[in-house]
Amino acid sequence: MVNLIWVFLAVSGICYAAFNGTMDKVNEAIFLTIEESVMITLSLAGVLVFWLGLMKIAEEAGLLSGLAKLFKPVVKRIFPDIPENDPALGYILSNMTANMFGLGNAATPMGLKAMKEMKRLSGSDQASRSMITFLAINTSSLTLIPTTVIAIRMKYGSVDPTSIVAATIFATAISTIAALIIDRSFYYLRKKAGRAL
Amino acid sequence: MSIWLIPAVILIVLVMATIKRVPAYEVFVEGSKEGIQIAVSLLPFLLGMMVSIAIFQASGAMDAVLSLVKPLTSLFAVPEQILPLALIRPISGTAALSVTTELIRTFGPDSFIGQLASVMQGSTDTTLYIITVYFGAVGIRRMGDALKVGLLADLVGIIASIVIVIILFG
Repeated sequence: MVNLIWVFLAVSGICYAAFNGTMDKVNEAIFLTIEESVMITLSLAGVLVFWLGLMKIAEEAGLLSGLAKLFKPVVKRIFPDIPENDPALGYILSNMTANMFGLGNAATPMGLKAMKEMKRLSGSDQASRSMITFLAINTSSLTLIPTTVIAIRMKYGSVDPTSIVAATIFATAISTIAALIIDRSFYYLRKKAGRAL
Repeated sequence: MSIWLIPAVILIVLVMATIKRVPAYEVFVEGSKEGIQIAVSLLPFLLGMMVSIAIFQASGAMDAVLSLVKPLTSLFAVPEQILPLALIRPISGTAALSVTTELIRTFGPDSFIGQLASVMQGSTDTTLYIITVYFGAVGIRRMGDALKVGLLADLVGIIASIVIVIILFG
């Protein structure tokens, strides 16, 4: 599906540009984006190096397993196929906590590390059940305090920049719960069709 | 508040490590190395996806699609100006942020559309980016139902933010 989306975006864009005379803009965008993606990767590399280093310390000091133990009842239900004291759970939880507080920069490295641990558990290049669940939770957003949005609202002179926080938390909660339900339904459909992971 | 959060995390981790007699600096360097590896393996996935999205956007095709779908909203009594944001949010984070900023600037942060754009931006995430980055970094090639689940959850999030904003601010 991603293959199709990827090809569709590029092919339809080029065809559209051919008929509407925007090919110069497309050319410019291609080269600007190549540069931009390298810059994003580089700045992400810095963040990754720092947080993965710090998280390794947290792991060795037993903080991650402590976090995993604390939330065991909830997480065990959401990720039933990850063994109880596996480091993957600690990384999943630190990713979720960082996301909730709007620390996107710190959340990504832990999410990537969690993915790596889950890949170690499944040992295949196919997305496992817990990986799909983890992505579903992440894509539905876990933000409790949408700092970027609050900053934009301040910039444009809102009387009450944080007025949207409660509504955002409600909407986030609904979409996360929905994501989990949708994820579960797809899992049982897969299982029924005999291609369960 | 969030100014204190990151330093506090660093402080707690380092103090706990020292109490537990973990050689903090050595472990830090050891763990960090993995970061470079992950970043390098990420580049092809990120670059590929970003270029495709950029072509689609720069050609004007994205705007064309958006104007095609606009009439649809009148059916649901939702302001049509919000539709571009709902459509773009799962595909491109930067594009969504600029649409949100534009909506807040044009209609004012405390208008109905401004509030709706704020909530929608805050309660959803860029599904395509997250899938690209997370699966790309560990080399998952067959992604199962991940994209379908993510996009359906986006749809629910968008509908939820519309309903909630209508109830709270409408």
